[in-house]
Amino acid sequence: MRFAIKGAIFTLAVCLSIAPAVGTDAAASTGDPASYVVEIKDFAFSPQTLVASVGSKVTWKNRDEEPHRIAETNQVFTSPPLDTNQVFSYEFKTAGKYKYFCTLHPHMTGEIIVEGKPSGALRRATGLKKSSASGLVRS
Amino acid sequence: MPRRIVYDHNHDGIDRRGFLECMAWAGTGAFCTLSGGVLKSYALGDVGRMAQDLAKADFTFVQLSDSHIGFSKPANPDVSATLQAAIDKVNALPIPPSFVLHTGDITQLSKPEEFDQAAQLLKGLKTDQIFFVPGEHDVLDGTGKLYRERHGMNPTGQDWYAFDFKGVHFLGLVNVLDLTAGGLGHLGPQQLRWLEHDLSNASSSTPIVVFAHIPLWSVYPAWGWGTDDSAQALSYMKRFGSVTVLNGHIHQTMLKVEGHVTFHTAASTAFPQSSPGAPGASPGPLTVAADELRGLLGITQLNFVRGKHALAVTDSTLTENDSTESQL
Repeated sequence: MRFAIKGAIFTLAVCLSIAPAVGTDAAASTGDPASYVVEIKDFAFSPQTLVASVGSKVTWKNRDEEPHRIAETNQVFTSPPLDTNQVFSYEFKTAGKYKYFCTLHPHMTGEIIVEGKPSGALRRATGLKKSSASGLVRS
Repeated sequence: MPRRIVYDHNHDGIDRRGFLECMAWAGTGAFCTLSGGVLKSYALGDVGRMAQDLAKADFTFVQLSDSHIGFSKPANPDVSATLQAAIDKVNALPIPPSFVLHTGDITQLSKPEEFDQAAQLLKGLKTDQIFFVPGEHDVLDGTGKLYRERHGMNPTGQDWYAFDFKGVHFLGLVNVLDLTAGGLGHLGPQQLRWLEHDLSNASSSTPIVVFAHIPLWSVYPAWGWGTDDSAQALSYMKRFGSVTVLNGHIHQTMLKVEGHVTFHTAASTAFPQSSPGAPGASPGPLTVAADELRGLLGITQLNFVRGKHALAVTDSTLTENDSTESQL
């Protein structure tokens, strides 16, 4: 039984550690600044909603054969046109909700939710949770 | 999948069956005429009868679209060769076109060398003039500066424009700039005001031809195949007896007749795209077998016959032998 639990914890840990890099719809936040990847594939952002902490860096990678160009709706950041396999990174220094879209294909939309930088203890004390039910928290 | 065939609510003689019959030929070298509200179709093998009708045309023009010069991925590693094949096809037409419309995505990435290469190739067209409207690939930097420097038509500095040819009023519209999150193609209030004013000067009997890159009708909004304020633009055209709307962007031929308005999209000269909403598909380049590619690319020829409100639309593929006789 103990072995089984350990195995489950190990599996969970592996899943959590790769969560930011895989193309799922899960939102993720570590509580600490980290690097995340948003894949652009089949004319969609994945994950479409990403929860990150202040100071985190998000990198968009274009996996399509079409160029895309990312723009935050209030022009907080705008990427150059990204051809296949090109990347664009932005470091989020201020908390808030950042909605963005592809200026070439505006039906493509996504969101980065940048949370303040509570410690793990504060997070637990205030009951602060990730905004998405599918989000993952590494504590 | 949206319904692309409209019921004959205007009682203009175009029923669903007749329209489907013509649609089945679109993209395979069909020839359809809309004359006096009656849709006629010919096989390309029926050259004699078609030639007689073509001879009655006041003028003919050609639409090219989506050349994507600079694209080199598996869907078509040599887009210059297929554009050249399209140009050869135009130059071989029995009636030379008075002019050519290019409905955008001339380039893949708006690079100066791509614009230059496209211009060099298009110089080989045997026609008097080429009119352009930009696609989103031609304004990749968000401003369209490079496009405007080369193909800007309007002396006021705007990208949209109008011209008249033998009594037909042509409108080149731009719906690929200032796009907003979650939206579709967009004309914008400034262009709409200009359009309303421009059309106010034309008599209702003037045939209208509108061309723009992204479809001005909702082909498939989930893939961005539509223009969010096109209904406003089309409302200014209600009083006109003949309106033809020509678009590109979706890399496949499609035809819709709605009352007095005929909507048509042209094939690409570069690569095909999936049918709207095809399972597992996205609106990107579609890779097909090399020997099938040119059968899915093409040009569109339009012939105008005065007095009949007749505009004949011919879609031809780039295959060597374009005849559809075997399919009849």
